Amino acid sequence: MTMVTAFRVLGRNRLRAGLTMLGIIIGVGAVIAMVGIGQGAKEAVRAQVATMGTNLIIVWPGSTTVGGVRNAAGGAVTLTVADAQELKKKIPLLVDTGWAKRDVTQIINGNKNWNGPVNGISPSYLTIRDWSFTGGGPITQADLEAGARVAIIGETIVENLYDPGEEPVGSTIRIKNVPFRVVGVLSAKGQSAQGTDQDDVIFIPFTTAERKLVGTSFLGSVGAIFASTSRLDDLPEAVEAIREVLRLRHRLQADQADDFTIRTQVDIGKVQEGASETLTVMMFAIASISLLVGGIGIMNILLVSVTERTREIGVRMAVGAKRRHILMQFLIEAMTLGLVGGILGIIVGVVGARVMTFVVGWPTIISPSSIVVASVFSLAVGLFFGLYPANKASRLNPIDALRYE
Amino acid sequence: MDTLIRCEELWKIYRLGDVQVQALRGLSLSIARGEFVSLMGASGSGKSTFMNLLGCLDVPTKGLYRLDGRDVASASPDELADIRNRHIGFVFQSFNLMPRTSALENVQLPLFYRGLSLRDQRARAAAALERVGLSGREQHFPSQLSGGQQQRVAIARALVADPSILLADEPTGNLDTESSQEIMTILTDLNRQDHLTILVVTHDPDIAAVTSRELFLKDGQLIADKVQVPLSQPIS
Repeated sequence: MTMVTAFRVLGRNRLRAGLTMLGIIIGVGAVIAMVGIGQGAKEAVRAQVATMGTNLIIVWPGSTTVGGVRNAAGGAVTLTVADAQELKKKIPLLVDTGWAKRDVTQIINGNKNWNGPVNGISPSYLTIRDWSFTGGGPITQADLEAGARVAIIGETIVENLYDPGEEPVGSTIRIKNVPFRVVGVLSAKGQSAQGTDQDDVIFIPFTTAERKLVGTSFLGSVGAIFASTSRLDDLPEAVEAIREVLRLRHRLQADQADDFTIRTQVDIGKVQEGASETLTVMMFAIASISLLVGGIGIMNILLVSVTERTREIGVRMAVGAKRRHILMQFLIEAMTLGLVGGILGIIVGVVGARVMTFVVGWPTIISPSSIVVASVFSLAVGLFFGLYPANKASRLNPIDALRYE
Repeated sequence: MDTLIRCEELWKIYRLGDVQVQALRGLSLSIARGEFVSLMGASGSGKSTFMNLLGCLDVPTKGLYRLDGRDVASASPDELADIRNRHIGFVFQSFNLMPRTSALENVQLPLFYRGLSLRDQRARAAAALERVGLSGREQHFPSQLSGGQQQRVAIARALVADPSILLADEPTGNLDTESSQEIMTILTDLNRQDHLTILVVTHDPDIAAVTSRELFLKDGQLIADKVQVPLSQPIS
C-alpha cells in the first residue's frame, strides 16, 4: 500500500514529478548512452587490433645514430632473415616467425596504374597475420627459393587496377616495370588501429623483392620481423625471450640499448583503449554531476511536499502511524522518483545510443551491467537525497502537524 | 462504574520564549465506559490541550493519566502511536481525509498502520462505512462527497479501529444544520446502541444538550461537571 501510495502521490502531480525526475533522467540517459558509445568504440578498436593477426609480435630495427643525430625508428638495418629464423629455432613459444620488407612504388595493369606499398614477405607472414584469400592462393616456399615473380594483392589494389568483373588471379601486373603474375587476392581487413588502409597492399616473395625491387644495403636485411604465439598470455614471456636472443645475436653489451623495438598487439591496442578510457572517465564525471543535481532536485521537491502535506502527516500520526511509517513513506516516494527517473533515463540512453549509431554511425553496445548499475544508482540517489526530507517529516509533532494550515 | 479515563492533577505548561503558559492547571477527571460527554469552554480555556492529552497526541508536564488502566503519561512516542491506533478514534472539525484517496482506503488507514492484511482491512473498513450509512460509496473520493458524508467517512475511520473512546473535536463546526443533525444522530446511536464512549468538544449548547454529561473548562481548570438526562432528539 505504501508503494501504491507513493505512486498515487506522484501521479497527483505528474508535471512536477516529471520535472523532478528530469535530472535523474538526463544523468542516467547520459551514462547509458556514453557507456554504450564508449563500449562500442572499445569493441571497434579491439576488432581493429584483432585484424592485425592473432597474438602478434612485431620487431622493428632500432634507430641509427649518425654522428650523434638519431634517425627514425626502423632506419637501421639491424634485423635479418637469419634473426627471424634463429628466433623460431630458439624460442619454442613462438608458433612461427615471418619477415617483410616494404617499398612504395608504381604498379601498372593495362592502362591503369596505382601507387602502393609492395611488401616482400616470407610465406609464413600471411599465416601470422591471419590473412585469408578470396581468390587464388598463397606464396609458397618454392616461390621464395626461386625468387618467383608472383604477387598477392589486397582489395584496394583490385579496386584501383581492375575493371569491375575482371578476374585478377592469373593476370599480369607490372611493378617497377617488372611483370608479376597475380596468384592470389586477399580478403578485406579494413582500417588498422592506426587508421591506415590495410587492404592497400601487394605481397611478393621476399627474395624477389630483394633482388628486383627494393634497393638494399645487404642481402637478408628485413624491414620487420613478425612472430606469433599460440596463447595471448604467452606474449610477455615471448617478448623477453626475443629480446634476449636478439641481444645475444647482435652482440650487445649490458650497458648498450636495444637496437630493435618490440611491440605486441596488446601494446598497440592499449594505446587506443587508453584514449577511450579517458573519454569514459570524462563521461562518468559529467553523469555524476547530473545525478547529483537530479538528487538535489528530488530533495528539494520532497521538502516542498513534506510542507504541503504536513496536515496529512498529522492525520496519519493521529491514527497510529509511527515515526518509521512516515519515514518509510517518504523514502519510498524518493526511491520511486529515483527509480522511475532511472528507468526513463535508461530508455532515453538506449534510444540516444541507437540514434547515435544511426545518425553518426558510431558503434554502440548497451551492456546489461550498465543498465543494472544505472538502476541501482538512481535508486540509491533517491534514497540518499530522500533521507533528509523523510527524516524531517517523521520528526513532526502530531499536534503541530494537525493544526498546520 | 467501569472507569475508562482517570486524570489526576494534570498540568500542561508550555514555554514560549521566556513566557510560561499554563494551559492546564491541575485538572482531575474520570470518565466511565459508555459515557457521552461534551466539553465546552471559550478558546484559550485549555480545551485543545486537554483533548490532545486525552488523545495521546501529547503527554502532560505532570500529573497522572490512565486510559483503560494504562499509564499514558510516561509512554514513548511509538507507544503513544500504538495507543492512538488501538484505543482512540479521532473526528476532526475539518474531516482531515486523504485527498484523491477513496473512502474505503481512508477508512483502512488505521488498520494499515496496525499491520492487518489487506483483506481484513477492506472487510472491516467496508463494515465501518456501512455502520455510518455509506455503503456503495466505498470508491468515492472525498471531493465527490458532501461535507456531511465526508464527516461520516471520518467517523467510520475512527470506528474501524474499534477504539475505547471516540474524540470528536467540533465535529459539526463545518457543517450545515441538516448535516450536523445527521452526524449527531450517528454519534448518539453509537453511544446508545454500541455503548461507545464519546467525548465531543463543542461551542454549541444544543449539541451539548444531547450528551449525558457536560464539562466546562476555564483557564485550564474544570469549573463545571454536570450530569444530565440527554435530549432524546438532537436539535440545533
